[in-house]
Amino acid sequence: MQAFIRHTGIAAPLDRVNVDTDAIVPKQFLRKIERSGFGKHLFHEWRYLDYEGTRENPDFVLNKPAYRKATVLLARDNFGCGSSREHAPWALADYGFRVIIAPTFADIFYNNCVKNGILLVALKSDEVESLFRQVIQKPGEQVSADLEKQTVTDPAGKQYHFEINPFARTCLLKGLDHIGWTQQFADKIRDFEQKLKQEKPWLT
Amino acid sequence: MYEKIWEAHLVRPSQGDTAILYVDRHLVHEVTSPQAFAALRETGRSVAHPEKAFATMDHNVSTRTKDWSLVEKTSRVQMETLQKNCKQFGIKLYDFADAHQGIVHAIGPEMGITQPGMTIVCGDSHTSTHGAFGALAFGIGTSEVEHVLATQTLQQDKARTMLIRIDGTLKPGVTSKDIILAIIGKIGTAGATGYVIEYAGSAIRKLSMEGRMTICNMSIEAGGRAGMIAPDETTFEYLQGREYAPKDELWDKALAYWKTLPSDPGSRFDTVVELDASTLKPQVTWGTSPGQVVSVEDKVPDPESFTNPVDRTAARHALQYMDLKPGTPMAGIKVNKIFLGSCTNARIEDLRDAARIVKGKKVHKDVQAIVVPASEGVRRQAEKEGLDKIFKDAGFEWRFAGCSMCLGMNDDQLKPGERCASSSNRNFEGRQGPGGRTHLMSPIMVVAAAIEGKITDARKYL
Repeated sequence: MQAFIRHTGIAAPLDRVNVDTDAIVPKQFLRKIERSGFGKHLFHEWRYLDYEGTRENPDFVLNKPAYRKATVLLARDNFGCGSSREHAPWALADYGFRVIIAPTFADIFYNNCVKNGILLVALKSDEVESLFRQVIQKPGEQVSADLEKQTVTDPAGKQYHFEINPFARTCLLKGLDHIGWTQQFADKIRDFEQKLKQEKPWLT
Repeated sequence: MYEKIWEAHLVRPSQGDTAILYVDRHLVHEVTSPQAFAALRETGRSVAHPEKAFATMDHNVSTRTKDWSLVEKTSRVQMETLQKNCKQFGIKLYDFADAHQGIVHAIGPEMGITQPGMTIVCGDSHTSTHGAFGALAFGIGTSEVEHVLATQTLQQDKARTMLIRIDGTLKPGVTSKDIILAIIGKIGTAGATGYVIEYAGSAIRKLSMEGRMTICNMSIEAGGRAGMIAPDETTFEYLQGREYAPKDELWDKALAYWKTLPSDPGSRFDTVVELDASTLKPQVTWGTSPGQVVSVEDKVPDPESFTNPVDRTAARHALQYMDLKPGTPMAGIKVNKIFLGSCTNARIEDLRDAARIVKGKKVHKDVQAIVVPASEGVRRQAEKEGLDKIFKDAGFEWRFAGCSMCLGMNDDQLKPGERCASSSNRNFEGRQGPGGRTHLMSPIMVVAAAIEGKITDARKYL
């Protein structure tokens, strides 16, 4: 997994609440058996005017010249709700997003992003609002996120502190192999299974 | 109850990092698993307990045919990949043409794979369905699918607990779907984010297992990691004799354990929500999020009436997408597609309730209506009872089992601008097909809409 330490990039404002994973990557692209190549389908229904995805919708934020190269996404409450599809973070990462900032995120989506080296920053609503205002007023402005210091820096240089689950932080900083980490406790898993066999034999 | 199940599955408590939780059953389907199996191969890892995993094909299977040669090409690759993976790693697969094939959340309970006190995961957000049995069940991403396959465990942080108590008696024509839609309308689509919900109260106790599953199924639509209902005689009666349910002495032993699972009197929850079932009316969504819901007697709300500016903007977007005007009565909105299906509401009881209304009537001439049983088992049972005939005589298409138009990964899709009365779980933009418009409601409301070609109060047909 790609590690995340710090990142600075153009921030794009996606001004919608409850952006669900169907909107992030629609069902017709879930038939692939690979993890790669989902970036071109990101926000497909908003980003393109046609089903085939050949004509861009000029009104969609990521199609505006100043935001095209955005790597930081500003979003609203409950970002990533709905389906558990990991194709959503795959699409976001493949497009180039490294940081998503919103007041709240959906649960499964949060876990999926940690596994894909994307930093999700939950800031207070008024702080997110201030970031939205700045990058809408001055499109193309950059926002930084520093995971070691747990800070976000807005275009004006103002810093915001954010909280993050300590294990998620470690995983991201080290680009941790989750399975490898759990496998250090293989003996504990074996012990558990022994006990399970004795106490709840119907489960084995 | 959540705490009891958590403690019973704790392999290693968190030491400032994360806890490791044992997984009893892992359900697998074709869409979210291929990358996990591929990664196992790449890293030279194996499946720790293939006997604790069960696989089926549901998301992109055709509901029109059981003929492999007619399956759409990319879907077929995905389905064949699952066959190959299950074969290589020794996982039991109920494949496309199997008599037990069906939506993963329907066949788990039906076959007795789902049992109280278990931890159950699946690469699908509606895994919360299995919580109806007093199991801790939740959806996971593909990386986590890989983690469970490799270790039979998950890295988990403990969730907060929410008690939703629903007392009172439901009025005729008001169903478990209306309970859960009303809850989501009340607490919001992120109202339970970070929580595991326990549903309790006299209204829940009176529900069948099917009704309980509908409620737990949509816990994720309120943001909850899982939803659960304490097991009782209804649960045990449902389970006994099913294929994978414990037998003989093991049944007695399991039963004794299951009876210890319900939350102790006076248990503390981080949040408590209460709802009076007797005041509920049939619910219908008007927007593009399950929380955008009113009763069938209400009107489409005015976005300007929302005090929160974010909700106001969301409502404006939703009405534009749905092509609805504020103040329009919900009853009377014309629909041209009908979907009775999904892991939320296509079990045998749903089909029975719907068929009672449909009997002797006809689908409106401007409407295309499909019935997609949740599983092949449900389909066979319905056919045994003659329900298929009632639906077909009325002009419904009677299909094979699958997820179908709940998410439109197969060829059952809405076309742009089409409006659907649907018994499924999500009314997101484009969910049932690009540009399609979805109104979520109960199965009986869905078939009442089929008859009239518009949203209508199903209670008049009781």
